[in-house]
Amino acid sequence: MSTETLEHKEAVLVKEKPSEGLLSKRRKKFISDPLVDDNPISIQVLGICSALAVTVKMEPTLTMAIAVTAVIVFSNLIISLIRDFIPNRIRIIVQLAIVAALVTLVSEILKAYYYDMFKVLGAYVGLIITNCIVMGRLEAFAMANKPYDSVLDGLGSGFGYAWIILVVAFFRELLGSGSIFDFKIFQAIGWSSFPTNGLMVDSIGAFMILGILIWIQRTKTGHVEAH
Amino acid sequence: MEALNIVIRGIFIDNMIFAYFLGMCSFLAVSKKVSTAFGLGLAVIFVLTITVPVNWIINENILKEGSLAWMGSAYETIDLTFMQFIIFIAVIAAIVQLVEMIIEKVSPALYGSLGIFLPLIAVNCAILGSALFMVQRDYTLVEATAYGFGSGSGFFFAIIALAAIREKLKYSNVPDGLRGLGLTMLITGLMGIAFKSFIGIVL
Repeated sequence: MSTETLEHKEAVLVKEKPSEGLLSKRRKKFISDPLVDDNPISIQVLGICSALAVTVKMEPTLTMAIAVTAVIVFSNLIISLIRDFIPNRIRIIVQLAIVAALVTLVSEILKAYYYDMFKVLGAYVGLIITNCIVMGRLEAFAMANKPYDSVLDGLGSGFGYAWIILVVAFFRELLGSGSIFDFKIFQAIGWSSFPTNGLMVDSIGAFMILGILIWIQRTKTGHVEAH
Repeated sequence: MEALNIVIRGIFIDNMIFAYFLGMCSFLAVSKKVSTAFGLGLAVIFVLTITVPVNWIINENILKEGSLAWMGSAYETIDLTFMQFIIFIAVIAAIVQLVEMIIEKVSPALYGSLGIFLPLIAVNCAILGSALFMVQRDYTLVEATAYGFGSGSGFFFAIIALAAIREKLKYSNVPDGLRGLGLTMLITGLMGIAFKSFIGIVL
């Protein structure tokens, strides 16, 4: 009886070890951590430039969020695949080259299929290259982890970035232009004299909204920065 | 005269930080002390004044559509614009590395104060951003150099002003959640309002 259970246990062990669940608890953390507790924007202070520049309206923001998430995921995957072949001294250049190639791809796709959006985003598509979240994840995660984990980590960071800039864009477009996704919401409910706030369309609105958002979020998570 | 106008515009009206949000990461991260902010600001001016004209020359003679005509009529129709991102970032990374090595050799004292900031600058959005804006605006070589210097100076003044305010803030009692990044964002917004007063000045 006892040998049988032992054998059974062993069998279970052997069975479980090579196949960690596709979304095991450890892996779920890769996605859930950057959403709130370890958010790339509000906690780690990375990737602020583009977070502020494109958030005047919801539509370009959504495009930007998708583009950045795609670049993070694929660069994480590629770097993770070749991480053992990259000499340590030139790793920054290698990372930059791969990110720049991916961003060129994104920019060409935008130019080919969404030319209007490409015009709106302008130079900020190119600036995904210097988005600190991308380089940060490559340095901190993809250089030391397996491809699949790196993809999940990239997705998590991408979503963490996306929801923050979407919230900022929501308030900026609502208060600044009185619309959501270019749908004039105040006119639709019969309040056509809604006074739009010019500061929200301006860069200042972005700083204010993001500052307040960070305040609320940090109060909730209890993250306190040392002076 | 046009060049001087571009410098002044770069500092006050088209300020890198307040108008285009470029270089925000290092602007927020390295603005805790005036002395370090001063070092980073100088390094940014330095690198921008060199990289913008170099990228201008490369863009004008190699990347732009039809700019390869000097190699012969067979190359007249080649358009390498899509290579801009890769070439620009490679040029910036290479120049930063080169500048770092030269400074280390020529002036160890300057290297002591600028050295640690130079690698950080290679991935600063302000540098790549200036190169991309320079392309959009069709500057001449002199104007591009002036633009590099002007936007670098704009960054320099902005980061020193913020660092001075943050040094004073150490002694204030700030709510826990607002401390650090949150408050810095709000202050940057207020500084942005101040900078808005320069808008409308026609040079």
